Amino acid sequence: MDKSIEIRWHGRGGQGAKTAALLLADVAFNTGMYVQGFPEYGPERMGAPITAYNRIGDKPIRVHSNIYNPDYVVVVDETLLHSVDVTKGLSKDGAIVINTTQDKKEIIPLLKGYEGRVYTIDAHKVSMETLGKYFPNSPMLAAIVKVADIMDKDVFLSEMEASYKHKFAKKPEVIEGNMNALKMAFEEVK
Amino acid sequence: MSIRERMSGNEAVSYAIKQINPDVMAAFPITPSTEIPQMVSTFIANGEMDTEFIPVESEHSSMSAALGASAAGARALTATSSCGLAYMWEILYVAASDRLPIVLALVNRALTGPININCDHSDSMGARDSGWIQIYAENNQEAYDNFIQSFRIAEHPDVSLPFMACQDGFITSHAVENIELLETEVVKNFVGEYNPENYLLNSQMPMAVGPYANSPFYMETKYNQRMAMKNAKKVILDVAKEFEAISGRSYGFFEEYKTSDADVAIVIIGSAAGTSKEAVDKLRENGIKAGVLKIRVFRPFPGKEIAEALKNVKYAAILDRAESFSAYGGPLGSEIKSALYDAKSNCTAINYFYGIGGRDYTVEAAEGVFEELIDIMNGNKEIEQFKYIGLRQ
Repeated sequence: MDKSIEIRWHGRGGQGAKTAALLLADVAFNTGMYVQGFPEYGPERMGAPITAYNRIGDKPIRVHSNIYNPDYVVVVDETLLHSVDVTKGLSKDGAIVINTTQDKKEIIPLLKGYEGRVYTIDAHKVSMETLGKYFPNSPMLAAIVKVADIMDKDVFLSEMEASYKHKFAKKPEVIEGNMNALKMAFEEVK
Repeated sequence: MSIRERMSGNEAVSYAIKQINPDVMAAFPITPSTEIPQMVSTFIANGEMDTEFIPVESEHSSMSAALGASAAGARALTATSSCGLAYMWEILYVAASDRLPIVLALVNRALTGPININCDHSDSMGARDSGWIQIYAENNQEAYDNFIQSFRIAEHPDVSLPFMACQDGFITSHAVENIELLETEVVKNFVGEYNPENYLLNSQMPMAVGPYANSPFYMETKYNQRMAMKNAKKVILDVAKEFEAISGRSYGFFEEYKTSDADVAIVIIGSAAGTSKEAVDKLRENGIKAGVLKIRVFRPFPGKEIAEALKNVKYAAILDRAESFSAYGGPLGSEIKSALYDAKSNCTAINYFYGIGGRDYTVEAAEGVFEELIDIMNGNKEIEQFKYIGLRQ
């Protein structure tokens, strides 16, 4: 990657969008990049719309504001498409990645004429098949890494494995499921 | 060897506290500083440090407990934000007049009314006359570096004053960014042991702390506090020099970013300085001579030095992140204007307000301020003092 990118995450409180943004910052940091990962704060309420952000690049990051013209947007919860203007300010040279069970052609009309690339992934299916529970953040993390071409797939997977081993040192049984979720998400995002 | 890491501002300060391993920490949680006592108490529970942690029932008590510990001869600290600092108010003044070098990790947040958990500087700016040293950070790196320097400055025999190490709530406290950490041994050697000359637990030399002082004594106490604050200027610079030797990072009263040949400048405190620097670089690509003066040390106030740094600047926007409700300017604006007046400066200062209660301050907002200064300089616009940036109307 030879330029800075800005990513905006839309999710609902409790779904792990903030955690995903921090994980993305972690994995990009581990491959030598300059990173920023931060949530937009308000009262913390389960289920309420939340926004989180990433800046990633090869130079130190000085800006400390929210992101209004992102290169990429990740939508962790498709019900937000009806209530939040998720493509607001999104670069048409960039892309949006949406977690949905629906077909892409049913989603596009909800994107207010967005002209850039649109990707979808059924993170529910990925999560249930690999983890047996619904944790959309790992599949969405893999999806944005692939779509934004943030790093090589093998580098990403090996960094994530190291990070899961650290994070889940006391629950090693969940590492394999999470790794499978990442691998499957790489194939499923389209 | 420095250690490449990534962490939030709160993690960075907690890590510095772990490396320093002070004697006593007393704290009561309040957003967005809660993570600091939370992380420190975890380090203690895990046996990574042996600071005596005192969980108290309020901020009035956390500052009182830190004061008691410091008076007894311990290296003491606390952390808070917003209304927590307001609730410490009475004891802030006691700590300063008792000349106790307590360090307070302040994570700046708006004061209540209406309730707001986001960043502005109304908490620390409200305490600007309490007799505490105040140093502000732009990012997690500076929050860490300032904290490591804090005890050295506060405990210096020529100073002996409490120290507020400030960073912007959420904007830096909760943002994960790259950081260069120092080795723990390097930090420990730099900070050193605390050996106060006078302390309550010294049975060889009994003393009183915080006695009644009526009119024959009170004024002299205040004068001594002022002299200590004046002495702090040299100590802050000396400690910064020593810190540069171990870290490679240099600090002063402020950072001058492209101000030496600037026609227009923004003077600002904290995380918004980086955002303003980005705007400077954009404007300089179009031939506009813009700069940023980032204030690091607000107490003691380096008025003469600021006036000197702005001497070639024609128009300066002084950006305050706190109201004073004087209806004649904010704390930074008023003090800088006073400094420019005393220096008979030709620099015209225009005071703005921004970021109140967490209102976002963007690169575009900074560019807007510079463009306004250029318009004023070119005679295309009248000066308008005390504007709110990004106010919805």
